[in-house]
Amino acid sequence: MRHLLDIQSLSSEEIHGLLNLAENVKEILYRPIPKVPTLRGKLVLLLFYEPSTRTKFSFERACKVLSADTMSFSAKGSSLEKGETILDTIKNLYALGVNLVVIRHSLSGTPHFIAKHLKIPVVNAGDGIHEHPTQALLDLLTVREKLRTFTDRKVAIIGDIKHSRVAHSDILAFQKLGASVFVTGPAHLLPEPKEIPFFEVKPGGFKVCLKPREALQDADVVIALRIQKERHGEAFIPSLREYAQNFGLGPRELEWIKPGGLLMHPGPINWGVELAHELEKYPFQVILDQVENGVAVRMAVLLSLLSGE
Amino acid sequence: MVRLIKEGRILDPSLGLDLVGDLLIVDGTIRGVAPSIEYPEKVDTISARGCLVIPGIVDIHVHLREPGEEWKEDIESGTRAALHGGVLRVACMPNTKPPNDSPEVTSYILEKARERAHVKVYPIATITKGQSGKELTEFGRLKEAGVVALSDDGKWVSDASLMKKALLYAKNFDLPLISHCEEPNLSNRGQINEGILSAKLGLKGIPFSAETIAVVRDLLLLKETNSYLHLAHLSVKESIPFLRWAKEEGLSFTAETCPHYFTLTETEVDGYNTIAKVNPPLRTEEDVQAIKHALKEGLIEVIASDHAPHSPLEKEVEFELASFGMIGLQFLLPLSYDLVRQGFLSQQKLLEYLITNPARVIKVDPPNFREGSPAEVVIFNPEKDWVVTEECILSKSKNTPLLGRTIKGKVEAVILGEGVFRL
Ligand SMILES: [Zn+2]
Ligand SMILES: [Zn+2]
Repeated sequence: MRHLLDIQSLSSEEIHGLLNLAENVKEILYRPIPKVPTLRGKLVLLLFYEPSTRTKFSFERACKVLSADTMSFSAKGSSLEKGETILDTIKNLYALGVNLVVIRHSLSGTPHFIAKHLKIPVVNAGDGIHEHPTQALLDLLTVREKLRTFTDRKVAIIGDIKHSRVAHSDILAFQKLGASVFVTGPAHLLPEPKEIPFFEVKPGGFKVCLKPREALQDADVVIALRIQKERHGEAFIPSLREYAQNFGLGPRELEWIKPGGLLMHPGPINWGVELAHELEKYPFQVILDQVENGVAVRMAVLLSLLSGE
Repeated sequence: MVRLIKEGRILDPSLGLDLVGDLLIVDGTIRGVAPSIEYPEKVDTISARGCLVIPGIVDIHVHLREPGEEWKEDIESGTRAALHGGVLRVACMPNTKPPNDSPEVTSYILEKARERAHVKVYPIATITKGQSGKELTEFGRLKEAGVVALSDDGKWVSDASLMKKALLYAKNFDLPLISHCEEPNLSNRGQINEGILSAKLGLKGIPFSAETIAVVRDLLLLKETNSYLHLAHLSVKESIPFLRWAKEEGLSFTAETCPHYFTLTETEVDGYNTIAKVNPPLRTEEDVQAIKHALKEGLIEVIASDHAPHSPLEKEVEFELASFGMIGLQFLLPLSYDLVRQGFLSQQKLLEYLITNPARVIKVDPPNFREGSPAEVVIFNPEKDWVVTEECILSKSKNTPLLGRTIKGKVEAVILGEGVFRL
């Protein structure tokens, strides 16, 4: 593995390898002094061309635990606004001695684009509506910790599937490890019929459902996505209350899933819209486990990309 | 100067000519075609054995980028590429900077062409001022200045009422309208064909309906106005039945496609390959087959290149920021000849699609081998393989997914008036 650009190009062996590594290094986070010298002297560049606090902090934390140095910038005040091309920016920063680039960008394929032009590893921290591979890895790790196996598990994803890079990575990742993925949400925010074959990784492993209950029934894992009312001036849903009433999860919906089924959300959550307030107390809600596993997974990614050097 | 082209397969779709023999050119003018011509004096003999000898191709969909984007292409470089592709007349699209929406810009283009063009250049002007889709341009004055057609290419005239006015007003001046069929709300921010690849790459898809809805609306307006319309660069299977309907209705229209729509598929963009980003986008194998069958059926009867040069500045960027378009002048004839090899078109039919039909769209006499016509002759070896390299591309821009590939069929020589170019 030279880069981590997306889930689609990873084999199930590579995914398991990363999860095993993440599980091993997670222990470091619980030490009195959670720091190891493994990546001392390595310089990691965090390029966030799109606002993000969670993912950026998570990567930063992972770097610090492993003793890697970081440089970071966010879109504001970057060269982007001065009309410099991203390629110029990257090449200049590379000349400063960077060992690895983590990039978040609002345009799909930007990490792939810079990876073509750089000799150092590139990690995709979310690109446009394409993929968010480290999010999928942390979701997998969380499920593996709680449920141990993936085979014959049913994973339900509810929300704006079409524009969610998290959903795209999760759909591929869970199937690669043997689970089936059922997606549901407003029909115009589900994959186009012509796009569905791509998401079917294993035969029968992917299903698009119009009725939330069909997706949720007996699910082992439920992932609710963050809903955006509009994007680029295009309105996606009539109103938040309409969404909450029809596609939000509450106690009634959780009755449908398997007893002990996990509830996940990539955050940030709109409480009262995607998830009813009562669900904060749902015993199998693992949203904070996801955050913690995010650090472990990102440590594993950094280690496997930088240790070969 | 006397030139004798010997032993070629001589084809001319406007004369229905098809014979193996010789073609005589005296002082830049066609002087005869016969199985064997002996000339008493010393002549410049050009052997065409194993080659087709055909009139120059007429490409009515070319972006020469001048004025305004000369770093991509200009009239000199674009027409040089045309000459090397056997394209001896080009009609240039008006989406320049500024757009060709006034007689002044038209005159500028014609003057530049007179000074520097290697082949005949016909300007096309916009339908609406500034291509803004709001107000018609001065059709009469543009015609007077020398435009042969009108098109907002790059954009569809989405205001149906305005398009209807344009279709009617164009009749006053016998000016053909060329429609870039793309419903802009459906294609808004779209990058590539909607399908497997758009899902894989996380790029917004351009659905077939964006093209087909535009085609249908335009055909309905045509029925209502009894005018004439040319539909540019069709790419999807779903548009074809409506062309059949329009033929049955007896509407006066012609439809065009480009070699990339019957040669390449969406898989070219995999890996975020911006070089293959084009509008309309490359579609699926099913669409490729449908376009070929539509050519065979005569529903699409013009092939043009939609030559759209872009430099690395517009292409070596994030996929969603990259410009749409690929160059095509030098590949138009060889790629189209595949249709003959695959049995979709006869040689004669193919030449109609490349020479006489496009000439009819812009209402000019096509290049031909009638005695007394100026020499516009292309010698094409359909069996010769060549590798596409940056060096053999004469355009300033090299944006084509064909780079590095082997193409069958090469233009060996061009005789244009007094000039002869051995390529
Ligand atoms: Zn166009
Ligand atoms: Zn065009």
